Amino acid sequence: MDQKPFSQGLLSSEADSQRTLYPYVTGTSVVALKYKDGILMAADMGGSYGSTLRYKSVERMKSIGKHSLLGASGELSDFQEILRYLDELILYDNMWDDGNSLGPKEVHSYLTRVMYNRRNKFNPLWSSLVLGGVKNGEKYLGMVSMIGVHFEDNHVATGFGNHLARPILREEWHENLSFEDGVKLLEKCMRVLLYRDRSAVNKLQIAKITEEGVTVSQPYSLKTFWGFSAFSNPTVGAEGSW
Amino acid sequence: MDLNLNDEHSMGTTIIGVTYDGGVVLGADSRTSTGMYVANRASDKITQLTDNVYVCRSGSAADSQIVSDYVRYFLHQHTIQLGQPATVKVAANLVRLMAYNNKNMLQTGLIVGGWDKYEGGKIYGIPLGGTIVEQPFAIGGSGSSYLYGFFDQAWKEGMTKDEAEQLVVKAVSLAIARDGASGGVVRTVIVNADGVTRNFHPGDSLQLWHEELEPQNSLLDILNTASPEPMNF
Repeated sequence: MDQKPFSQGLLSSEADSQRTLYPYVTGTSVVALKYKDGILMAADMGGSYGSTLRYKSVERMKSIGKHSLLGASGELSDFQEILRYLDELILYDNMWDDGNSLGPKEVHSYLTRVMYNRRNKFNPLWSSLVLGGVKNGEKYLGMVSMIGVHFEDNHVATGFGNHLARPILREEWHENLSFEDGVKLLEKCMRVLLYRDRSAVNKLQIAKITEEGVTVSQPYSLKTFWGFSAFSNPTVGAEGSW
Repeated sequence: MDLNLNDEHSMGTTIIGVTYDGGVVLGADSRTSTGMYVANRASDKITQLTDNVYVCRSGSAADSQIVSDYVRYFLHQHTIQLGQPATVKVAANLVRLMAYNNKNMLQTGLIVGGWDKYEGGKIYGIPLGGTIVEQPFAIGGSGSSYLYGFFDQAWKEGMTKDEAEQLVVKAVSLAIARDGASGGVVRTVIVNADGVTRNFHPGDSLQLWHEELEPQNSLLDILNTASPEPMNF
């Protein structure tokens, strides 16, 4: 249990008790890439509470409107709040009933504004967001961090994925990946994250968004490989080492 | 050794909520501590929000009480306006709203459980920060650390009411055995279509765990029975 910050120190006054100081329940990496027909996104279903893997069935990717898919890592309560903001945004958009609908670019822009303005008030939404979508044939994939840094790219990752998945994606991603190759590439990234990220959980979902719409896969687990001869007897020749 | 007698009242706690086929069973220990001192050894941490929805409270006693008071107040008005009992989901979301919007000031983890005619028995966990997670079972409080492995092994789908209650009582009892911040009696509340049942399981009715001994009235009783005469069956 964390200590409550009774004395907040020099950086704040008594008046601003409204600032998120640290996350409690967090999701780990989200990885996404553009492929032939749209966007593929992967995230595991873990909600960590510090070092405890507390929740193992959390959906961290949700569809937004008709054209977008949002994945989030970081504080889960902030992700749930962002989903509520987006619900309202989409509702108001639908109420215009004018044949137009918000596309991924617009949703990404909205999220960027929300995250950046919260950051300016020293009360960030402690999340890293991945926003992907397809509208009128145009594929879009972007990211927003908790301080409002935002950009688009052909492949993105949050958290540990930045360090472990992006190098793989840089080497192996290419234009017009098939669905199968895209899924295999994402699974390669997710498997590495499973080996090397302490907060990873072996239960994941892969979501796909194309012009037709969003599909989020059922939860499933990846096989892992431990059959290296070096693994079975690593300290032979150097007893006591690891 | 500083007893920290002026620390805020904290319910170290073990709280549990379990769904079964037809309703939910909520369980909790009964210890409230102020630093190292046990301020209340028979607290009731399972608090009513409506006729059909209850909440298990953990963390700061004050924070959890005020949150449940506000939610009870809002739910009362909501029920009048709606004209029928509130659903568990609505109650849980009201708790979430309070927990999320005051996340900087509150230090309380809650488990909302109840029964309504639309969804049957439901359990919602609302940890620090105000995340809401619907689960078939939920554990919380400092004592819950000792129960993750236990539930991974012992929980199964489709339990009966009695199996669920026995599981809850066993679990709280195991947590009390190892968590200094949990203790006292095990209270359970069962909510289903037929209504609400409150049960009270005093410490001496629970089974003994590792390194625990059968409680005696006095050493003298032991000495008297350990006499040279052989035991007669």
